[in-house]
Amino acid sequence: MAMKRWLVLLAVLGVIAAACTAGTEDQGTPAPIETGPDASHEPVTISMWVPFGGAEYKKMSVVFDMFEQEYPWITVEVRPGIGENDEKVLAAIRAGNPPDAVMSWSLDSVGKFCATDAWQDLTPYMQQSELDTSIFPDSVTRYTSYGGSQCALPFLTDAMGLYYNKDLLAKHGYTEPPKTMSELTEMAKELTEFNPDGSIKVAGFIPWFGYYEFTPLELSIIFGADYYNADGTASAVASDADWQALFQWQKDLVDFYGADNLKEFVAGQGDEWSEPNDFHRGRVAMMFDGEWRVAMIEDYAPDLNYGTAPYPTPDGQEDQYGIGRVGGTIVGIPRGSAHPAEAWLLVQYLATNTDALVEMTNIIRNVPTTFPALESPALDITPQFQTFLDVFADQGSHYKQTSEIGTADQDLVSNFGEDWQAGDVSDLQAGLQSTAEQIDNELAAGGG
Amino acid sequence: MPAASVATGAAERVIVPRRPARRRTLRRYGVVALFLAPWIIGFLAFIVYPMFASLYYSFTNYDLLSAPRFVGLENYTFMFTKDPQFWQAMRNTLWIIAVGLPLEIAFAMLTAMLLMRPRRGHRVYRTVYFLPTLAPAVAAALAFVFILNPSFGPVNQILKGLGVDHPPLWFFDPSTSKWGLVFLGLWGVGQTMIIFLAGLLDVPAHLYEAAEIEGANRRQRFRYVTLPMMSPVIFFSLVIGVIYGFQYFTQAYVASFAVAGSAQSSAAVNVGSPQGSLLFYSLYLYVKGFANFRMGYASAMAWVLFLITMACTAILIKTSRRWVHYQGGFR
Repeated sequence: MAMKRWLVLLAVLGVIAAACTAGTEDQGTPAPIETGPDASHEPVTISMWVPFGGAEYKKMSVVFDMFEQEYPWITVEVRPGIGENDEKVLAAIRAGNPPDAVMSWSLDSVGKFCATDAWQDLTPYMQQSELDTSIFPDSVTRYTSYGGSQCALPFLTDAMGLYYNKDLLAKHGYTEPPKTMSELTEMAKELTEFNPDGSIKVAGFIPWFGYYEFTPLELSIIFGADYYNADGTASAVASDADWQALFQWQKDLVDFYGADNLKEFVAGQGDEWSEPNDFHRGRVAMMFDGEWRVAMIEDYAPDLNYGTAPYPTPDGQEDQYGIGRVGGTIVGIPRGSAHPAEAWLLVQYLATNTDALVEMTNIIRNVPTTFPALESPALDITPQFQTFLDVFADQGSHYKQTSEIGTADQDLVSNFGEDWQAGDVSDLQAGLQSTAEQIDNELAAGGG
Repeated sequence: MPAASVATGAAERVIVPRRPARRRTLRRYGVVALFLAPWIIGFLAFIVYPMFASLYYSFTNYDLLSAPRFVGLENYTFMFTKDPQFWQAMRNTLWIIAVGLPLEIAFAMLTAMLLMRPRRGHRVYRTVYFLPTLAPAVAAALAFVFILNPSFGPVNQILKGLGVDHPPLWFFDPSTSKWGLVFLGLWGVGQTMIIFLAGLLDVPAHLYEAAEIEGANRRQRFRYVTLPMMSPVIFFSLVIGVIYGFQYFTQAYVASFAVAGSAQSSAAVNVGSPQGSLLFYSLYLYVKGFANFRMGYASAMAWVLFLITMACTAILIKTSRRWVHYQGGFR
């Protein structure tokens, strides 16, 4: 009997403690930014957590040295290698001892960061500093803000495009990459070589979700398929006819290869991030990939005769040619930052300083995120890399709409896409409708 | 205090002083509590508090970044009526328990029986069979992803050499992906094998002798002597296996990521690929809590998992009376 009373008491205490411990803090207005010669420049040390680690961090850390030269009273203590999914940062924010500034690769979390003020709204800081946002392409606002809160700014970006093996194309009489999805389909079929047993020896283009960067997200950018309606309150996966178009396009090419053949080919794909990558070895003639592939080809396949181009467009939308999927590293100031004013100077520097962005582009081979940096004569780039600068600069390039449900929307669409490509979905529209309903349920359950 | 006596008409009563003994008892309890304190504090802080915190969160909409918002039974309703992936994860988890666990127990028993006899080198073999248990789960899973790679993995190379034209695609096909995990589990069965071996060595020899005298053949001795005497060990392995099965995570996570690709976009890596066949309960719980910002829902899933595990364990314990035989005759 006594034991029972203790257990009940423990349970009540536990629940009360739990109810009392989660909460938020009110940030209030940001501290004034003072950088002029008359301002006090008391030495201060600020902390920044970054996802870069290892050799890549060693290369990019020079940007912090450049910042400290520009702002000599500020020392930046960087903690590298915090991982891709921000759990450590979120835990620090909840515990009330976050870093002063933070860098992240989690574009799909921007909606939640902005909506909950986990990352502070930078608008007051931008106004104080009179930051001219016209230096960014329009796509930047889409992937760094949500619900009226500009809670992040970009620091370099990725841009996606089409890589093509010029030798394999020439072997079949092609000198130019495809510019429309029909041309991509036709060339993919022509460039494919099969083994005597019917398996794929060299693929023209692999249309299989799970093969490197070929994903529903990439196709949604190409076909202009929206994940949400205009105000982001409901999923458009069932109502936007472009989703039907993109899945039909994919299925046609999957049927050409045969799903089982594709599964077997994809199962044998070489490691994406090292020499055995299929494109390096000529196992695939064309593929979607990001600007990082240029540096990797320099390292692992320097003799590869290849070209890059923007994504093909759907037929009849050739005027859109030049767009692609963009979005990359973001920087911001977490809630509870102890030195928000100095953190803003760092964030602003990383996002807008042309010299820093150009230096970073030349070192780590990402795309710079401002027009002045994109047009800088100091950029040391190859013609293949220039494609990605042009893609990012194109005002039609974009990332998907942000939401507060993290990766749930893409998970659900990817799940459907996998069933669809395997031939397990007989009614495309019904499947899209079911997927849209699930996304709507997630929005209703998870959105604030 | 000396005992006092009270004279009554009938007999003398001796009043026993109580306070000194009680103070000594309390003092003894205090010393015990002091020594237990580190464990008690840890237990309260890391077991009790998180348990009841998650119970509270399961009734809230909690995204880890803002205050939990009470929503009553909404998370539980969503789970059972609006989330097909929940049922898929549950099916996958029940499959690995229903198929993988009996196979592991059978394989452990078979291996232990083979290693029981004092043959030449049996100690070396016992060590060799136990070694895979020491491999970290992630490393083992990655190794198996390579070994079972349909194109260049050694297993399929051997199968093709034996004339199998289209060997299974293992982790790349939803119909065979979980079998890849089962084989991974069988490879790491050393820990269970050692426990079974200890149990087998403990079976009294006179029972086998008596059975032989009665004319029992090898199969009958196994059925009527070995199995009953090993039933407590089998029962223990079943209970532990069911509990761990419901928490299956690491191997599925690694295999699924290997299959889904290492794409730059984090959302392009579809956890549970191919086609959700490797989406296990704990994995889905993790995704919901940390990638989808639905810690309230993940907490509800955790409590449902707890209740299901408790129910399965209770059923096993209840039914054990019929088939578990303890040497001492206890039940």
